[in-house]
Amino acid sequence: MTEPLLSVRDLVVEFPTRRGTLRAIDKVSFDIAEGEVLGMVGESGAGKSITGSAIIGLIEPPGRIAGGEIWLRGHRIDNLPREKLRRIRGKRIGMVFQDPLTSLNPLYTVADQLIETIRTHIDVGEKEARRRAIALLDRVGIPAAARRIDDYPHHFSGGMRQRVVIALALCAEPELVIADEPTTALDVSVQAQIIDVLKEICAERGASVMLITHDMGVIAETADRVAVLYAGRLAEIGPVRDVIKHAEHPYTAGLMGSIPTLTQTSKRLVQIPGSMPRLNAIPPGCAFNPRCEQAFERCRTERPEPLARGGGRQVACWLYDRAEARHD
Amino acid sequence: MIAFIIRRLLQSLIVMLAVALVSFSLFRFVGDPIASMVGQEATLAEREALRQQLGLNDPFVMQFLGFIGRAIQGDFGISYRLQQPVMELILSRLPATLELALISGFFAFVFGVAFGVYTALNRRGWLSNSIMTLSLIGVSLPTFLIGVLLIWVFAVELQWLPSFGRGETVWIGDWWRTGLLTHSGRVSLILPAITLGLYQMTLIMRLVRAEMLEVLRADYIKFARARGLSNRAVNFGHALKNTMVPVITITGLQLGSIIAFAIITETVFQWPGVGALFIRSVQFVDVPVMAAYLMLIALIFVVINLIVDLLYYVVDPRLRVDRASARH
Ligand SMILES: Nc1ncnc2c1ncn2[C@@H]1O[C@H](COP(=O)(O)OP(=O)(O)OP(=O)(O)O)[C@@H](O)[C@H]1O
Ligand code: SF4
Ligand SMILES: [Mg+2]
Repeated sequence: MTEPLLSVRDLVVEFPTRRGTLRAIDKVSFDIAEGEVLGMVGESGAGKSITGSAIIGLIEPPGRIAGGEIWLRGHRIDNLPREKLRRIRGKRIGMVFQDPLTSLNPLYTVADQLIETIRTHIDVGEKEARRRAIALLDRVGIPAAARRIDDYPHHFSGGMRQRVVIALALCAEPELVIADEPTTALDVSVQAQIIDVLKEICAERGASVMLITHDMGVIAETADRVAVLYAGRLAEIGPVRDVIKHAEHPYTAGLMGSIPTLTQTSKRLVQIPGSMPRLNAIPPGCAFNPRCEQAFERCRTERPEPLARGGGRQVACWLYDRAEARHD
Repeated sequence: MIAFIIRRLLQSLIVMLAVALVSFSLFRFVGDPIASMVGQEATLAEREALRQQLGLNDPFVMQFLGFIGRAIQGDFGISYRLQQPVMELILSRLPATLELALISGFFAFVFGVAFGVYTALNRRGWLSNSIMTLSLIGVSLPTFLIGVLLIWVFAVELQWLPSFGRGETVWIGDWWRTGLLTHSGRVSLILPAITLGLYQMTLIMRLVRAEMLEVLRADYIKFARARGLSNRAVNFGHALKNTMVPVITITGLQLGSIIAFAIITETVFQWPGVGALFIRSVQFVDVPVMAAYLMLIALIFVVINLIVDLLYYVVDPRLRVDRASARH
């Protein structure tokens, strides 16, 4: 097997608060292969954004990575000095955030922001940076890029701004792009276009993508593999088609109820009865057990670890533990 | 842009008219001008003749228009107390006040912004905490007390700095007498400038700190960091520029307050400016001087307001378009 581009091992992220330490990410492991699109789903508060922030080293203090390792192409990056990590951000890992209306600095023109970013990472002059910026805007589908580049963000519509954001994330040709709900804040009519642009450009450049979204339809069409997070823990991970067709984790199965067919798009995650526990009230054993219809004794006491299920699939559920299966 | 300026000019005009009305009312309601002008032994007939001659029997509106007409030409009559044209009196004392206000305003701004940025960026440092604590004292101590304390320490005990007056002054041109060009003039300025500026400085500092903390939480700052921009570029480029937009407005407006509040400082330090002149006029019910002073302060406020609005317009590109598109 070739070495993965990104490898996250037993990641733990904690937020110390006055009433004790909150564990937002609890021993999450996954890989992203070269050129692969990994979808990441989960309810609000599951820890998707925090995972992304942890990878680029931007967890806001006092939050911190309290355990685990993050490897980029065989080099550990979670313990790098700040300045070294900064050089990775934008250069090797690009990031696209949810809301293009607030992602861009309103007081700088698009050209200012692009050229500044390009010149931070690539040793080129002002002119060359500008040329590259225009080419990039053109590539992400901004009409009349050469003219519009000197406009301020507020001159652009939401969809166009998100294209600018994508251009900014990609301007130093990163190997990995983390897109955190890149279309949630956008008009439904442009969501598909934005996903397409993102996917195309990344494919063209061989960049891997970690796509965080609520939209199972987007995952189905875009991702190669999907990871399901629940209360800061990995519930299930595997190839998209397998997971969608035959979800093994009861929580995933509940989620997949929301997309009857692969061709139907844009369905939100279905509401499973009950809600995800808050971080200070995660039950012992399997975090999902109070909501799980198939929960049994062991689920309430012992925490299930992700089990390899073949075909690159892992499921963290006692139903699939062989020892348990023998008991039944 | 033109429409914007015209609208602002009209608003300023209305404000000035309102203030003119108040100033003019002083003549009618504070003391009897005739009594201040003629001796005790004047007969009723003599008084009535003078009334007629001064136009005091004309309808209110006519008198008011006359007042405005003269005010526009800079004619506020003769000071009851000093028997000199009011305008001459004020102009001769204005440079002292303006020098004091501008110098203290300038340093209040520079130190206010510097401390504000420092305490925002080093939120938990001991130095930040000390600055914040000291600033609380600065905000809560009354100006005259600060002035008296400074005089006591630096003029009486240490004898480093003079405790009153402007020191030596020299003429620049025909009507500006400056203390900035002589050594004694400059050292005389130190204590009053600190007294006058301390409160404004703490105000600006707290404002800058609050704004900067707010801006640092913004998405575009997170995105700027995610693009790998250096701390310097993020903090002093992106964050500071956005912080300064509201700060410019407030500090600009503070300059008006500084000039107005100079009254107290000028009194404490026997500073020969318009504020001290005003206090004396109030003691002697010297209505023409009081009226002229009110108009002058109002004019300064209005002009500063206008300049601040225009600056705001230049700094924030969003305003430019909103106005432009509003016209379409
Ligand atoms: N600064 C913080 N202090 C304390 N807890 C935090 C902080 N930031 C995030 N969390 C917690 O971490 C958990 C994961 O948050 P995260 O933003 O990753 O959720 P998410 O899966 O991205 O949700 P959404 O779909 O709403 O974006 C949440 O329960 C949240 O309350
Ligand atoms: S471990 Fe138990 S509670 Fe958790 S998902 Fe599996 S069956 Fe349900
Ligand atoms: Mg999120």
